[in-house]
Amino acid sequence: MRYLPHSDAERAEMLGVIGAKTIEELFAGVPRSALQTTSLDLPGHQPEYMVENHMRALSGKNRAAGDGPFFVGAGAYRHHVPASVDHLIQRSEFLTAYTPYQPEISQGTLQMLFEFQTQVANLTGMDVANASMYDGSTATAEAVLMACRLTRRNKIILSGGIHPHYRDVVRTYMGEGEHLVCLEASPEGQGGITAEVDDATAAIVIQTPDFYGHLRDVKSLAEAAHAKGALLIVVVTEAVALGLIEAPGALGADIVVAEGQSIGNALNFGGPYVGLMATREKFIRQMPGRLCGETVDAEGKRGFVLTLSTREQHIRREKATSNICTNSGLCALAFSIHMSLLGEAGLTKLARLNHARASALADALEQVPGVELLNDTFFNEMTLRLNKPAAEVVEALVAKNIIAGVPVSRLEPGKPELENLLVLAATELTSDADIAALVAGLKEVLA
Amino acid sequence: MKFSTDHEYIRTEGDAGTVGISTFAQEQLGDIVFVELPAVGAVLKKGDEAAVVESVKAASEIYSPVSGTVTEVNEALNGDPGLVNSDPEGNGWIFKLSVSDAGELDDLMDATAYASHTAQG
Repeated sequence: MRYLPHSDAERAEMLGVIGAKTIEELFAGVPRSALQTTSLDLPGHQPEYMVENHMRALSGKNRAAGDGPFFVGAGAYRHHVPASVDHLIQRSEFLTAYTPYQPEISQGTLQMLFEFQTQVANLTGMDVANASMYDGSTATAEAVLMACRLTRRNKIILSGGIHPHYRDVVRTYMGEGEHLVCLEASPEGQGGITAEVDDATAAIVIQTPDFYGHLRDVKSLAEAAHAKGALLIVVVTEAVALGLIEAPGALGADIVVAEGQSIGNALNFGGPYVGLMATREKFIRQMPGRLCGETVDAEGKRGFVLTLSTREQHIRREKATSNICTNSGLCALAFSIHMSLLGEAGLTKLARLNHARASALADALEQVPGVELLNDTFFNEMTLRLNKPAAEVVEALVAKNIIAGVPVSRLEPGKPELENLLVLAATELTSDADIAALVAGLKEVLA
Repeated sequence: MKFSTDHEYIRTEGDAGTVGISTFAQEQLGDIVFVELPAVGAVLKKGDEAAVVESVKAASEIYSPVSGTVTEVNEALNGDPGLVNSDPEGNGWIFKLSVSDAGELDDLMDATAYASHTAQG
């Protein structure tokens, strides 16, 4: 079977219209060094069972998070996802159309999104939440744009405790320049943010617990921002933390964004994930994305609809509040189902368990020669300064089937002062045996 | 009172102008649910986007009919955007500006010309 739709005659016709003699001529503007000039040397086609064998062999090379001690965090966390979550997300009530513009056929999806928004608003301590964003990093960038619209200012101050990938996504959205102040990495939780706030500042962006695991003082930063007419955006990459730390909304945050993967969603090789975004009611019209609302139908029965759609691009075209016209529906559903199963008491218990496991990890690591713990505060994640480059240590421990965490140099390359730093997380799945294996491995590798 | 082809009106006293949308425009838009007001002090050129009027059907830009500096906005619309429907050319005004070039007023339509403009659809 031929999978390429265009015949040679059609290609010649298209080239004729464009005015190029050959397809190569179309790429004349691409530097030679960036062009693939030789063929890709791919094998010929194979029978299906051979492809399956090949793929199985490839997947056998993976070392899955559950295959042994695993301490990776830094924005993606290995938590238990109950089997009931994966079962329930496949129920037919949720298999309604991708875009629930027609409420009469989409009540399952719409009600679920409404419940999701309610949960996110409660978790973050805010008035309203949207129906989800792509992930935590894009939610952060959208929050920054929203703050600029609200304040009619364009200076943004990013704390040095923001996840480096989130910082890079904001930079991509905002462009480089004096309007974007990215503070130096702050692995020891140091501040210095308030000194940068001035009358041109649209928002301060902080993360708590931050990339290095420290809990940040949300309240004082909110006051510093508000004193200059700026907003405070709080980023949370580990949503389970919201079960234990005080809600950022209660501490004065104006926009709260988070990565929701931790609740109901597996690591999935880094995505798809689900971004959470919540804000104050007075800012609702500048909030990007979808909003689901509760209403009554012609017979007075409770029902759900997309609301405030006049701000969105399918109606407002290029004047839309944002070009986010979709949401992470399936991941949001998994989040919402797991949250419903946990309930408030269950989430608090899960969060306490995470902190208890991390405390056990911290206590054990402090006994290892060559390890310095940089955190006075943490939830389930912390930063160590090792006596040698962290990337080498992680590689050496992989050979012992221990995934020790994320070397900061992986996300912040070329910064010698960060080279020996290792960020690691514990969750409810971290056992005493995992911790003992890491401690024994580190003693060997750091000696 | 003068009207633009985009259905804004401006009423002037000296160089002070009051801007809103016409009775015809609010009828076309339907129930107004939100008005995004300009910032006081904003300097507008003729035709610049000044405000956004959001109805249950659509969100529409309001363009400044003449050049000037915004001196006052109708804060009452924050609590009661329906004023644009009930009294568009009175209490439903949107913003006031100091007109910088009175000559631009001559480009706008008077009530008779505007009535025939809307009749043509």
